[in-house]
Amino acid sequence: MAIEERDITLDELRHLVSNRALEGDTMLLNMGPQHPSTHGVLRLLLELDGEVAVNVIPDIGFLHTGIEKNMEAKTYEQALVMTDRMDYLNNLGNNLCYAMAIEKLVDLDVPERAQALRVILAELQRISSHLIFLGSHALDLAAMSVFLYCFREREIILDIFELCSGARMMTSFIRPGGVWRDVPVEFEPAVRDFIAYLPKRIKQYEDLLTNNPLYIDRTRGISPITADQAIEWGLSGPVARAAGVNWDLRKSNPYSGYELYDFEIPLGSHGDVYDRYIVRIQEMRQSLRIIEQALDRLPGGAFRSDNRKFVPPPRSELGHSMEAVIHHFKLWTEGFSAPKASVFVAVESPRGELGCFLEGDGGPKPYRVHFRTPSFAALQSMPMMSRGYLVADLVAIISSLDPILGDTDR
Amino acid sequence: MSIFEKAVDLLRDRLGKDLLEVQRYRGETTLLLNPEVVVEACTILRDDAELKFRFLAALTAVDYWPEEPRFNIVYQLYSHEHSTYLGLRVPVQGKDPLVPSVEGVFPNANWHEREVFDMFGVTFAGHSDLRRILMPNDWEGHPLRKDYPLGYEEVQFSFNFDEIDRRKPYAKE
Amino acid sequence: MGVETKLGNFGVVTTTLEQVVNWSRTRAMWPMLFGLACCAIEMMAAAASDYDTSRFGMELMRASPRQSDLMIVAGRVTRKMAPVLRRLYDQMPAPKWVVAMGDCSSCGGIFNNYAIVPGVDEIVPVDVYIAGCPPRPEGLIHGILTLHEKVMGEKITDYA
Repeated sequence: MAIEERDITLDELRHLVSNRALEGDTMLLNMGPQHPSTHGVLRLLLELDGEVAVNVIPDIGFLHTGIEKNMEAKTYEQALVMTDRMDYLNNLGNNLCYAMAIEKLVDLDVPERAQALRVILAELQRISSHLIFLGSHALDLAAMSVFLYCFREREIILDIFELCSGARMMTSFIRPGGVWRDVPVEFEPAVRDFIAYLPKRIKQYEDLLTNNPLYIDRTRGISPITADQAIEWGLSGPVARAAGVNWDLRKSNPYSGYELYDFEIPLGSHGDVYDRYIVRIQEMRQSLRIIEQALDRLPGGAFRSDNRKFVPPPRSELGHSMEAVIHHFKLWTEGFSAPKASVFVAVESPRGELGCFLEGDGGPKPYRVHFRTPSFAALQSMPMMSRGYLVADLVAIISSLDPILGDTDR
Repeated sequence: MSIFEKAVDLLRDRLGKDLLEVQRYRGETTLLLNPEVVVEACTILRDDAELKFRFLAALTAVDYWPEEPRFNIVYQLYSHEHSTYLGLRVPVQGKDPLVPSVEGVFPNANWHEREVFDMFGVTFAGHSDLRRILMPNDWEGHPLRKDYPLGYEEVQFSFNFDEIDRRKPYAKE
Repeated sequence: MGVETKLGNFGVVTTTLEQVVNWSRTRAMWPMLFGLACCAIEMMAAAASDYDTSRFGMELMRASPRQSDLMIVAGRVTRKMAPVLRRLYDQMPAPKWVVAMGDCSSCGGIFNNYAIVPGVDEIVPVDVYIAGCPPRPEGLIHGILTLHEKVMGEKITDYA
C-alpha cells in the first residue's frame, strides 16, 4: 500500500484565510496532528501575525474510525461494544446513551436497581473524566504535579470499574435493559471509601490552582463567550454552563432516575477558560452528592429487564427451561429485532450533550446509528473563540474545551 | 396545547402543502418537509417568540438505497425554554442530491453539513465551505452510503494464513 | 548488584562494547509522544505515579521525533493519519524501535473497515506487539521490558 501525501494546498484554503496571508503578511503555521498539547490527533492551521492568531482552521478526521458504518454490520448488542471506544474517557456514558436509544426504540423497561446503578457508574465516569481534564489542562499550562495527583485518584475509580466488570476502561457494562451483572458486595464499601476520600483531594487541587496568580493570569479573560454565542454554536455541557446557559440534560430532560436526586448545576458568568475550570471542579463535587444519594437509596431487585425477547436469560436457567434455551439461541444467533422507526436520545456526558440517533428497519441490525457528539461542536467553535489570542492562549483554550478526538471523529 | 401541536399548526399555516407529514413515535414528533422550505421552517421555528427552537442538536442523513427518495436529511432542534426536541426530515432524491443549507440560521450547521457531504455526497446549496472533513481530501466515494462496501479485511485463520500473509504488505525498514 | 561483582581489586570492570552500548540504550530510552486514542490514556496512566515508567528511564515523553528513540504507537491508525506516522518515523534518528501498543495498532483491533489501517506494521517495522484493548499499564511495562531484552541481544553490525 503506497503511502502518498497530498496535503491541503493554499488554493483550497484561499477562502478561509485572510488577504494578509495571501500577501505574505501573516504566517501560516501547522500545529500538527502530533503535538503535545492538542488533545489527541487534532490539526490546527494557524494564521499568525507574530504571536497573535488571526485565524485558526481546525482539521479533524485523523481518528475517523468508521464506527457508524461498522455498527450497521453488527447486531444491536454486538454494536454496543463499539460505543465504548468512541469517547474513550466516558465509556459508560456512551454505553448508556446507546442502550437508552435501544430501550426507547423497542420499548424495553429498566428496573429501578439498574437505573440507580447506571447513575452511580455514570457519575463515577464523570468524575474520572473531569480528573483527566484537570490533569491535562494543568499539564498544558505546565503544572505537572496536578497531572500526577489526578491520575492517582483516577486509579481508584478504575479499580471500582474493574471490580464490577473486569475491565478498567472498555467495560460495556451498561446494556439494553439494565446492567450486565449485579455489582459484587465489595462495590458499596469501595464507593463509600472513595466518596469520603475525594473531597479533601478536590480541595487540594483548588488550593493549587484556583487562587494561584499564575493560573489566573493565564486563564482569566481568555476567550469569553456569551450565552447566545454558546447556543448559536451548538455548545453544551460545562463550556455552555460557564457562559451562563442554564442547561443540564440531567435536570431538563431527566433520564434513568435523575429526577429523584438533589443536586445543583454550577453556572459561570464570563464563559472564559477560568470559569470552565471552576464549573468542572464544582461538577465533581455535585457528582459526589449524587453518588451518595444513589448509594443510600440503592433498591434491591433485578439488575436487568426480564423481557426475554431482548435480554438473554441467566445461565442457571438454561439447565431446566426450554424457553430459556430457545431465547438464548435466538438472541445469540440472530439478535433481537427493532421496529422500522427512529429515535433520538440525549444524555449529559462530561463534555456536553451526547445524542444518539438510532433508526431500525425491522431487522436485527441497526439501519443507521449517528452520534451527535459534544466535542464536534466544541471544536467547530474554536475559530470563533480563538481570534486575537496568543498561541500560548490557544493551548489553554483547547484544553478548556476538553475535546476528545475519538468523540469528534467517531 | 402542547409545544408540538403549536409548532405543527404554525408550520402548517406558513408552509401549507410543503409540510408533508407529521410522525409521532414514543413521545417524539418528526415533521416531514420539502427540501425547498427547510430554511424557512428553521427560521420560523427559531424566531417564533413562543417556540424558540434555537439550538440545532443534530444534523445527519439516512440512506435508503435503493428506494427513492434515497436520502432523508434529519434535523433535531431543541428548545431550552420548553426542554423538548423536535425532529425534521427532508427527503432528497438520489441523483445529484441538493438541499439548501441552514448555515445562515444555525452557524453550527457548518461542520454537520460538511460531514453529511463527506459521508453521503449530499450537496448543500449556499454553504460557505463545502469540503471533506473526516476522510482524507483525496478520498473517492462517500463511505456511509449503502452501496459503499464496508472495506473489511479477510480474517486470517490457520487454513488461509500463509495465503493472506503473502498478499499483506509489510514495512521492511 | 551487577557491576560491583566485577570490580575485583583494581576498580576495573571488563565487558564487551556491545553489552555496554545495548545496556545504555535500554536504560534511557525516550519514548515519543504518539498517543492517538484510548491506548494513549493507558500510556499516560503508565507514565503517571501508580505505574511509573520513569523508573525504567522513560522519565520524559519527548514530543519531538528528533529527540526520541522509541515510538509507542498507542491507538488506532486511520488512513488519514498513516502518512503522518510514516513521516514521523522517518524523522527519528537511528537507533529507533517501535512498539505497537494495543489491538488496533497490532492488527486493526475490533475495527475491520475502510478507515483503519489493519496493523501498523504495514507502515513501520514493529519490534514488540502488546495485546489488549487497552492493555493494562502493567501490560505496557511488560512490553517495554520485552523490548529491553530484545535490545540487549542486538549485535552491532557496523562501526561507522
